[in-house]
Amino acid sequence: MAALVSSHLPALQVVLALLAAPVCLLLRRPNASWAVATAITWTLLAVSIALLERVLQSGTIIYALGGWPAPWGIEYRIDLANAFMLVIVTVIGSAVMPYARASVEAEIPVERIYLFYCMYLLNLAGLLGIAITGDVFNLFVFLEISSLSSYVMISLGRERSALTAAYRYLIMGTIGATFYIIGVGMMYMVSGSLNMADLASLLPDVGGSRTVMVALAFITVGLGLKLALVPLHMWLPNAYTHAPSVVSVFLAGTGTKIAVYAMMRIIFTVYGGMGVFDDFGLGEMLMALGIIAMIGASAVAIYQDNAKRLLAYSSLAQIGYIVLGISMASVFGLAAGIVHLFNHALIKAGLFMALGCIFLRIGSVKIEDMKGLGKAMPVTMAAFVAGGFGLIGVPLTAGFISKWYLLQAAIEKGWWLAIIALLISSLLAIIYVWRVVEAAYFQDRDKKAPAVSEAPVSMLVPMWVLIGASIYFGINATMTMDVAIGAAEALIGGIQ
Amino acid sequence: MGIMAVIGIAVARLHNLFAVVMLTGIFSLTAAVLYVVLDAVDVAFTEAAVGAGISTVLMLGTLALTTSEEKPHYPGRHPWALVLVLLCGAALIYGTLDMPPYGDPTSAIHHHVAPYYLSKSAGHTGLPNVVTSILASYRGYDTLGEVFVVFTAAAGVLLIIGRAKIGRRRTRRMAPGELSTSMRQNVILRVVSKLLIPFILLFAFYVQWHGDFGPGGGFQAGVIFAAGFILYALIFDIDTARTMIPPHITRFGLAAGVLLYTLVGVASMLKGGTFLDYSVLAGDPVKGQHLGILLIEFGVGITVAAAMISIFFTYARQER
Repeated sequence: MAALVSSHLPALQVVLALLAAPVCLLLRRPNASWAVATAITWTLLAVSIALLERVLQSGTIIYALGGWPAPWGIEYRIDLANAFMLVIVTVIGSAVMPYARASVEAEIPVERIYLFYCMYLLNLAGLLGIAITGDVFNLFVFLEISSLSSYVMISLGRERSALTAAYRYLIMGTIGATFYIIGVGMMYMVSGSLNMADLASLLPDVGGSRTVMVALAFITVGLGLKLALVPLHMWLPNAYTHAPSVVSVFLAGTGTKIAVYAMMRIIFTVYGGMGVFDDFGLGEMLMALGIIAMIGASAVAIYQDNAKRLLAYSSLAQIGYIVLGISMASVFGLAAGIVHLFNHALIKAGLFMALGCIFLRIGSVKIEDMKGLGKAMPVTMAAFVAGGFGLIGVPLTAGFISKWYLLQAAIEKGWWLAIIALLISSLLAIIYVWRVVEAAYFQDRDKKAPAVSEAPVSMLVPMWVLIGASIYFGINATMTMDVAIGAAEALIGGIQ
Repeated sequence: MGIMAVIGIAVARLHNLFAVVMLTGIFSLTAAVLYVVLDAVDVAFTEAAVGAGISTVLMLGTLALTTSEEKPHYPGRHPWALVLVLLCGAALIYGTLDMPPYGDPTSAIHHHVAPYYLSKSAGHTGLPNVVTSILASYRGYDTLGEVFVVFTAAAGVLLIIGRAKIGRRRTRRMAPGELSTSMRQNVILRVVSKLLIPFILLFAFYVQWHGDFGPGGGFQAGVIFAAGFILYALIFDIDTARTMIPPHITRFGLAAGVLLYTLVGVASMLKGGTFLDYSVLAGDPVKGQHLGILLIEFGVGITVAAAMISIFFTYARQER
C-alpha cells in the first residue's frame, strides 16, 4: 500500500482535491464538508512535502497520466520549481483551513457553506494542477478551474460591490485565459506539440517564425493579466477588497503566485532556447513594468482608507519585485524572485488573516475604524505589525532576506535604477504600514464604540503560524534560498 | 466567415437583446458549418449543441429574468479601447502571416504527434473514431479537467444565484412567465415538441453510446439530453419538469458524473497502472481501454446533463 501511494504521489497531489470537491457537494453539511476539506488539504501538504523531498534527493519526477508517454499523452514533470510551488500552495491552504471555520461561519450564509468548501477545494485543485503539469494545454484546463472558482468565491463578499468586482475579474481573467490559449494554439501550429519539454526542444528550430514570437507576446500578456502585472492589474484591488476574508487570504497567498510561476515556466523553460532576453528585449520590458509596479502601487497604497485595499496595492508592488527578479534572467535574480514569492505568500496571507480577525470583531477594515485596536486586540495587531515589518523588509524578517538578495542580484547586473526603486518602494512601504499602526496604537477608540474582544484562538493560531514562519525564514534563510536557487536552475536550464 | 463577421458587427450594434441572442445562435451554427468544412466534425457537433442549443436557451432564461432591452449608452468614449483591440487584431494577423498554409501536408502539425495517433490509436483503443481516442484516452486527463470546469460552473451558479435576493431591482422585465405562457398556448409548438422530445432524448443516448464509433460523446450527449428536457420545461410547465428531476437528483448527478470519471482513474491506479490508464482495467489492454472510455464518457454525460439542467432551473426559480 505504501509503495502504491508513493508511486502515485504526483497524481494524488491533484486528484485528492478533485475527488473531495464533489464529496463536499453531496455531504451538504457545513461541518462535515469543512472536516473533509481540512483533512484533504493537510494530506495534500504532506504529499507536497514528500514530493519536494524526493525531488531534492533523486531529481525530476516524471509521471505519465493515462499511461501514455509524452508527447502523446500528458505528463507531470516535477522539478524543484514545481515542487516548491506545490509546497507554497498547500502550506497556505493548510493554514487557511482551521482559520476558515469561524470566519466563513460569520461571513457566508450557513446553507451555502458546503458549496463554499466545494469551491475552495476546486480552486486548490486548479492551482496545484497548474503548478505540477508539464503540458501547456493541461495548464490551461486547470487555469480555468482555478479562475472560475475564484470568481465565484470573490462574489460571495457581503457587499453587493463584491459581485461587480467578481464580474470585472471574470472579464479580465477570461481575456487573459483566451490570450494564453491563443498563444498555445500558435505554438502548436508551428511545432505540433503541447508538451513543455518537447516544445523547448522543438521551438528553436522554428525560431525565425513570427508566429512563435507573437505566441510568446500573447501568453505573456495573458498571464500578465492573471498575475496582475501593472498595467494589467485593474481587477485585483477590488477583488481582494470585496472578497470574503478567507478568500482574500487564500488568493493573496496563492492565486497570483501561481500565475507568476506559469510565466516563469513559459519564459524560461519553453522559450528557454530562444534567446528572448537577448534578441527580444523581454528583460528590459519586464524590468520597467516591475519598477513601475514597485513604486506606483506602493504610492497608491499610501492613500487608501480601507486596509484590505491598502494590502491589495501592496501586493501589486510585491509582484513588481518578483517580476524584477524574473527580468534579470540570471539564476541569482530568479532565485531572489522565487524566494520573495514564497516569503511574500507567507507575509501577505498572515496580514490578510489579521484583517479577517479584525473584520470578524468590528465588521470593518477601514483604517479609521481600527483606532485603538492595539489595546483591544493585542495578539492580532502584533501579528499585523510583524507582518508589516516583513513588507517593509526590516532585518530579521523574511521580507529583508528576499529584498537583500534582489538588491545583490541587481548590483551584480549593475541595474542602478532597480536598486533605487527597491529603496524607494521600501520607504513607501514604511509609510503605508505606519498608517495602520498609527491608527491602532496611537489613537484611542471612540468612546461610543462597542467593546471589542480578541479573535478566537482557531483564527489566531494559523495567523501566527504564518507570521512566525515568515520570521523564522527571515532568521534562517539557508533552506529557502537553497531550494530557490535549485528551482531557478531547474527553470533556467534551457538558457545556459 | 463573411456571415460570421456581419453577425458579429450586428451583435455589437443592436440594442434589442432578444435579437442579439438569436444572432449569437446563428453565429454558432455558422461556426459549426465552418468546422464541418474544416473536417472537424466532432467540434462542429459540440459547437452546434452548446453554442446554438443550450447557451441560447440559457440566455433566453436570463432575458426572462432581467430585460430584453439594453440600457442606452453613448459610444465613442473609449478611443483607447478601440486602439487596443486593433493592436491585438494586428498582432494576430502579424502572427498568422507566417503560419503554415491550411492543408499544407508538410507543416509541423501533421508530422509530430498526429501520425502516431492516426496509425496507432485503432490498435491501442480499438476505436475507429480517433478524436474520441485522443480526448478520452491519450489526453483523458484534460477531459477530466474540462468536466470539472463544467462542474465548477454549475456549483458556482448554485452558490451565487440562490442568495442574490436582497434588494433586487427589476426594471422593465417581462411579465412573469410571459415567454413560456405564449409558447404554451401555441398549438404547433406543443404538438411538434411533444413529437420531438422523445426522439431528442433517444438521440442523446445514441450520441452517448455511439460516440466511440461516430462523432459525439459524453459532452454532446449530456447537452442534447438537457436541451430536450429544458425544451419541455419551457413549452409546457417548469414545475412539472422540476418534479420529474428534483434538485437533489441534479445535484447528485452533478457529483456522481465527475466522481465516476475520477474513480475510473483511481481504479486504474489500484490495478497497477498510472492515473486514468484504462489498459489495466480488463485482462486485454484494448478491452480495458474500451471499457474505460465508455465509463468515463458516461460520467461526462451525467455531469454535463445535470449541470445544464441545474443551471437552467436555478435561473428559472429566480423568476418567482
